[in-house]
Amino acid sequence: MVQIIVFIICSLITLGAAAAVVTSKNLFHSALYLMLSFVGVAGLYVLLEAPFLAAVQILVYVGAIAVLIVFAIMLTRRLMAKDLVQRNAQWAWSALGAVLLFAVLSVILLRVNWPVVDAVVPDETITILGQDLMGTYMLPFEVASVLLLVALVGSVIIARDKE
Amino acid sequence: MPVSLDWYLIVAAALFCIGLYGVLSRRNAIGILMGIELMLNAVNINLVAFWRYLSPSTSTGQVFAIFAFTVAAAEAAVGLALIIAIYRSRDTVIIEDIDLLKE
Repeated sequence: MVQIIVFIICSLITLGAAAAVVTSKNLFHSALYLMLSFVGVAGLYVLLEAPFLAAVQILVYVGAIAVLIVFAIMLTRRLMAKDLVQRNAQWAWSALGAVLLFAVLSVILLRVNWPVVDAVVPDETITILGQDLMGTYMLPFEVASVLLLVALVGSVIIARDKE
Repeated sequence: MPVSLDWYLIVAAALFCIGLYGVLSRRNAIGILMGIELMLNAVNINLVAFWRYLSPSTSTGQVFAIFAFTVAAAEAAVGLALIIAIYRSRDTVIIEDIDLLKE
């Protein structure tokens, strides 16, 4: 019962904040709602018994990506004028497309008979996760670190002043 | 488990569609990037939900979610750097005004 209530609260926070992100006139407010939406998703991870991912979600998304977005908004601030239209001409078609996609997805998701198992999450999930990252998934793990390094260097080079 | 898998999938699908609407309807490049972040989050909810309900004894789903995190972080950094570079040279981040290839 408690889980259902927490699930509903987290879902409402996530989806409500997400709706505010895409509809808000002020882009800065959008960024703040984005943080709230990320926190709601972290709540869903806790409910799914993935506490490590919830912590990473808070650290990476709320702590890094959302702050990065706020920085970018500040750096391009002149375009945040109050009378600026934030929606393009095709917004009505976009909304129709998004609603249609949601309808199709929900019908498909509810029709498929997922092979749900009734197992419990082992206590040492984080231990298993760490061992797998350093064992079975060693190569992707190292490639991911190279990817991060390349992205870091690349964004510095792209964003720096040419003079 | 009191909350069934379907509900998580529905919430993730809704989040994905909200993000899609943001990507398609925003004029500001940063707004589009925020929509992409919402969509990536929806995918991650799906990965973790499938892990929890289909094979909780292995860690595959969580590992995939971690890699999705990594790619999302790299994407955000490069995307914002591109937006700042465009703002420097074109003095705008409105997508409709960035039409160098049309000229």
